[in-house]
Amino acid sequence: MSAGLVILVVFLIASAGFYLGRSRIIRAAGGDIRKLHSRPNYYGLTVALFGAVPALLLTIFWLILQPVYIENQVSKQIEPGDIPEGGSLSLVMSDVRRIADGLDVAVADGVMTEDKIATLDTDLTDLRARLGEVGVAVASDIKPNVFGAATVYRELASGLRMAMAVVVIGVSLAGAAFAMLRIHPGYRARNVSERAIKALLILSSSVAILTTIGIISSLLFETLHFFKLYQARDFFFSMTWNPQFRGGSDLGILPLLWGTLYVSFVALVFAVPIGLLAAVYLSEYASKPVRAFAKPAIEILAGIPTIVYGLFALITVGPLLRDYFAQPLGLGNSSSSVLTAGVVMGIMLIPFVSSLSDDVINAVPQTMRDGSYGLGATKSETIKQVILPAALPGIVGAVLLAASRAIGETMIVVMGAGAAAKLSLNPFEAMTTITVKIVSQLTGDTEFASPETLVAFALGLSLFVVTLGLNVLALYIVRKYREQYE
Amino acid sequence: MTDASTPETSPRGKPSSSLLRQDARTKKRNASEARFRTYGAVAIGIAILALVALLGSVLYNGSSAFRQTFIALDIYLDPAKLDKDGSGDLEKIAKVSTFGYAPLIKAAFEKEFEKPEIGVEGLKSKDAAKMISKEGPAELRRYVLANPDMIGETVRFDFLASGRIDGYFKGRVTMESAERDKNVSPQQLQLADQLKDAGLLRTKFNPGFLTRADASENRPEAAGLGVAILGSFYMVIVVLVLALPIGVATSIYLEEFAPKNWLTDVIEVNISNLAAVPSIVFGILGLAIFINFAGLPQSAPIVGGLVLTLMTLPTIIIATRASLKAVPPSIRDAALGVGASKMQSVFHHVLPLAAPGILTGTILGLAQALGETAPLLLIGMVAFVREFPAAPPEGLFDPAAALPVQVYNWTQRADPAFVERASGAIIVLLVFLLLMNAVAIILRRRFERRW
Repeated sequence: MSAGLVILVVFLIASAGFYLGRSRIIRAAGGDIRKLHSRPNYYGLTVALFGAVPALLLTIFWLILQPVYIENQVSKQIEPGDIPEGGSLSLVMSDVRRIADGLDVAVADGVMTEDKIATLDTDLTDLRARLGEVGVAVASDIKPNVFGAATVYRELASGLRMAMAVVVIGVSLAGAAFAMLRIHPGYRARNVSERAIKALLILSSSVAILTTIGIISSLLFETLHFFKLYQARDFFFSMTWNPQFRGGSDLGILPLLWGTLYVSFVALVFAVPIGLLAAVYLSEYASKPVRAFAKPAIEILAGIPTIVYGLFALITVGPLLRDYFAQPLGLGNSSSSVLTAGVVMGIMLIPFVSSLSDDVINAVPQTMRDGSYGLGATKSETIKQVILPAALPGIVGAVLLAASRAIGETMIVVMGAGAAAKLSLNPFEAMTTITVKIVSQLTGDTEFASPETLVAFALGLSLFVVTLGLNVLALYIVRKYREQYE
Repeated sequence: MTDASTPETSPRGKPSSSLLRQDARTKKRNASEARFRTYGAVAIGIAILALVALLGSVLYNGSSAFRQTFIALDIYLDPAKLDKDGSGDLEKIAKVSTFGYAPLIKAAFEKEFEKPEIGVEGLKSKDAAKMISKEGPAELRRYVLANPDMIGETVRFDFLASGRIDGYFKGRVTMESAERDKNVSPQQLQLADQLKDAGLLRTKFNPGFLTRADASENRPEAAGLGVAILGSFYMVIVVLVLALPIGVATSIYLEEFAPKNWLTDVIEVNISNLAAVPSIVFGILGLAIFINFAGLPQSAPIVGGLVLTLMTLPTIIIATRASLKAVPPSIRDAALGVGASKMQSVFHHVLPLAAPGILTGTILGLAQALGETAPLLLIGMVAFVREFPAAPPEGLFDPAAALPVQVYNWTQRADPAFVERASGAIIVLLVFLLLMNAVAIILRRRFERRW
């Protein structure tokens, strides 16, 4: 029985419980619902909640713990001799899983029967070919112990799946029955069900915290693992980035950090003046029709996915900058460059800067403007000498938020900045960033054993810390500034 | 700041300026005013120009992806090749591999060459058959296996032309470039022109771009978005099913019930910080927790959906809280006044009134999830997937692609025909986003209430 089916059954039990509970209590009150403490639906709801909630929580825990338990049991079957030279336990375990899944597929397709698998123990030579027939590729020859582990895996998995179905449905039925026996006309069903619903609301709010814990723990755990294999000092201070698949790589963050900061700097140099001036123009000068057209048009830029910007960098901006600037000036002939990624990222940040600055400028009290006009200042003098200085902290906050966005941006740099880690000043050269390297070191890889893969977690943690720091700082500044005028 | 203190305008002297005649300093100030105003207008102009360039470049490069060159051929389904003993036994017919069907196409070209107006000197039928996509024989085989009784008949097929022939009619390939290209020869292009004049070759709307699965590196003409659209659809469904209830429940708790204490503060700070975490970090989370720890399969829409759910939750929570806040307290007071419990006042009155705002926020959150690429790269959605995922719920665990990732995938391939397809895929993505945003705007216009 699959988990989906079990959950469906639980929902069926819960809805049946709702109607049974409701009709039972109406009958108990002799059809006169005024004798009840709560409205009849609440009695039904109480039964349904008792039937569904504990069972579903149990299912979630079961599904999380089952693979861990199976892994633990099965890995006992594997002896050190079964692990091939240069491999690891996790590689063997993934082989075990693949063989077990393959056997399941083979049985489902009718290529093999359960009896045949039981007698296979002695003859494993043609198992690989048979698994291949049903489309399951197993890397090397199957060793007896590995096959034994796979059979244990299958037995445990199917046994536990069955056990889960029985236990979960049992808990669901028991919960519903318990509630059915408890309800009577004087039972405070509304208070009970409302308390349960409130508990569910609190549980939902904890998802946000769990996410943060998940992010921090997965980053931290694998980063520590990485620093066991690779010197932390070399990671933070080495000037070269040169991963080798055979080991002995140089994994210094500095070239990546330089690329990240350079691209972000170019983006901000492009986005901040344009975004700021656009916000000033829209809030102080633009006529109503211009504002009604230009404001949504700029906001469209914010709704466009970053992959679109990436493609724009790759097929339009990159070749344009190369053919009309870099090559004539003799500065390089790569279409992916810091400038390409920076300019396109700048376009992406314009609406971000302009809408944040718009808020900030609008928060400057009208009285300050009126005072300035009353002294005879022109509009631009008022803006430059009164509004902008007053709004400066808010604008700094906006720029910091934009910087944090720029540092964490991935697709534009993956498609526009290039892949070579370099420390260079020439903006027409291809450079690479932290996010690009996270993608390239981690794509399609799930065996976290080598420092070349694990370095992505260290890079991710650095990225997380930097962007989080910038955000906290920016929010602090903006909040402080808002208080000033409230 | 003003002219009042300057000596020229002192009351005793002769005024050197009047309101009608500006003095040098006023002119300078007015000029700087005009200059500043122009800077602002130029900034707006650059922003709008960037938008136009962005959309224009995508439309210009991508619109041709929806049209494809087809070559119509009369194929004689030769029983001598397909069904040697004439038994009509489907298993025996299935033994003929795709290679066995290629000669049929060659034969069809030989037949065409008998016509006086078709034929190029030095071009053999074998080379002519290369003008058909490598997908052609496979299509033929699928047709025969579906209709075995048609063996022995002559059937007209509309084959996809190979990527280079298609490129010739879209201006990507020219006679000169064909000279240097080992995949296409000028003779083939001449024949293509002749076929066009004979009405056999046509460039027309290609529904396969939206319905087919991805195709390998050397057959760009057969690549389509079917699997990617389905995968993205599954993920959006997962996000909707998980993020909407969790997001609404969290918002209700924080907005209506949460006591003012440190735990509430922690949750609030948490949510605002999660909204600013770079999306790629969520990809790392998905890889480490959902794939490595929980053992969910790679490239599966369920993992993508879970990661995107966590990513969109803050967006939905922020929008929902705003619309809950917009419901005036008098509604709650009135409900409480007639004896409703706190829970009843929220679920019977506040929530229905806030629903349009919540829906709008949710749709915008889903649009954001639909366009997100970076985290999906890490959880293996870049894999080459040719099989359509099954129907949910099992299909959620099958490998699938996603629209934005498919775009990235296609830009990484060597054949220039994929650039056109990547831009075409972006157009499809933008159309979906436009539709979602339009629905959100309509909902807002229709149901928004000002209190």
